[in-house]
Amino acid sequence: MNKIVSMEEAISHIKDGMTIMVGGFLGCGTPNKIIDALVEKGVKDLTLICNDTAFPEIGVGKMVVNKQFKKIIASHVGTNPETGRQMNEGETEVELVPQGTLAEQIRAAGAGLGGILTPTGVGTVVEEGKRKLEIDGKEYLLELPLKADIAIIAGKKVDKKGNIYYSKSARNFNPIMAMAADIVIVEAEEIVEVGEIDPNDVMTLGIFVDYIVGGEE
Amino acid sequence: MDKNQIKAFIAKRVAKELKDGDVVNLGIGLPTMVANYVSHDIDVIFQSENGFVGLGPAPEEGKEDKDLTNAGGQPVTIKPGGAFFDSATSFAIIRGGHVDATVLGALQVDEKGNLANWMIPGKMVPGMGGAMDLVTGAKKVIIAMTHTAKGKPKILKKCTLPLTAAGQVNLIVTEMGVIEVTDKGLVLKEINPEFTVEDVKAATEADLIIPEDLKKMEV
Repeated sequence: MNKIVSMEEAISHIKDGMTIMVGGFLGCGTPNKIIDALVEKGVKDLTLICNDTAFPEIGVGKMVVNKQFKKIIASHVGTNPETGRQMNEGETEVELVPQGTLAEQIRAAGAGLGGILTPTGVGTVVEEGKRKLEIDGKEYLLELPLKADIAIIAGKKVDKKGNIYYSKSARNFNPIMAMAADIVIVEAEEIVEVGEIDPNDVMTLGIFVDYIVGGEE
Repeated sequence: MDKNQIKAFIAKRVAKELKDGDVVNLGIGLPTMVANYVSHDIDVIFQSENGFVGLGPAPEEGKEDKDLTNAGGQPVTIKPGGAFFDSATSFAIIRGGHVDATVLGALQVDEKGNLANWMIPGKMVPGMGGAMDLVTGAKKVIIAMTHTAKGKPKILKKCTLPLTAAGQVNLIVTEMGVIEVTDKGLVLKEINPEFTVEDVKAATEADLIIPEDLKKMEV
């Protein structure tokens, strides 16, 4: 099965109104070429699930500036003033989620769990509208899984079966997003032959990955 | 002391709270400065919530690595013995009680140990990032901040801004002193000799318990 596709084919799966997950942390470990292609194509009314909205000129922040999201679910948007402006003027719905909760909601979706219980957010605005459970005398919030139609992620080395090796702190949300979407597209810095990544070093399994783009570097 | 001297003074005092072998997460701004003052005789492991332990200083110019940044997106280094992980593992470390201490700034903190440091409704809504998880999960929560903001107290009877977490703060370190959050209220453990107890009380809205063995704040 050939997973390596052109950028055009890869992004043809991303349609107006879909929910997308984007790997990366303030632009580190983000699929920049896919983002540039999506900015150019102008897909709109998307729901974004991402740790943050990076910076106006960097990463997923460019898609915010290009007004491609109707809703943003993130833990932090403070580094991109455009997100704040769209939120304050009611142009884009922004749901702020504690970072650890966001990670576990994504992980839960990929792991087939019906939700997770976390103490984070108890006694704050985060608990509004959520079920609270007491377990062994301690309060927890029930947080539901977060799933996407498409996940776009970035890897340092990707073999032709889609096995991924990440570099340093560029790993962040990429591995959990790779398990939590119907279609997973990885942007590779380098595409290598099957077997070139030692099975011990595979960080995201090729079985989670549908399409591979990039590899020119 | 000017503003930078005050920050350095606070960071130096916080550094004395850290112990050999501690896993510590430092917030952005003043808390980041704490790393500069940790004794060379002890090994403190800094966690960076974007995905590694063993956080080191900024690289030399020209040696930045696009794949190695801190939680503020700035280029950093990793020390020998460090390790990388994904975001779910990062917050398992944080929520799971594997972080010995976190040092954070505050907009407001109150006598019940409540902390507000993530938003000002209508003005500043950047998002909580990892702060709520850190304050909830770390074994010890240390607030490092200037005692007042534009002359107004930040240590209050009750926080008025939206909370980051309820009842999680253990210690407050400012340029005026060191305050411990206890079941009985806020206890002024140490005082900077440049100030009197009355000065500290005047700059603090919350009631302060002054113990008989009030110590001199030394850095």
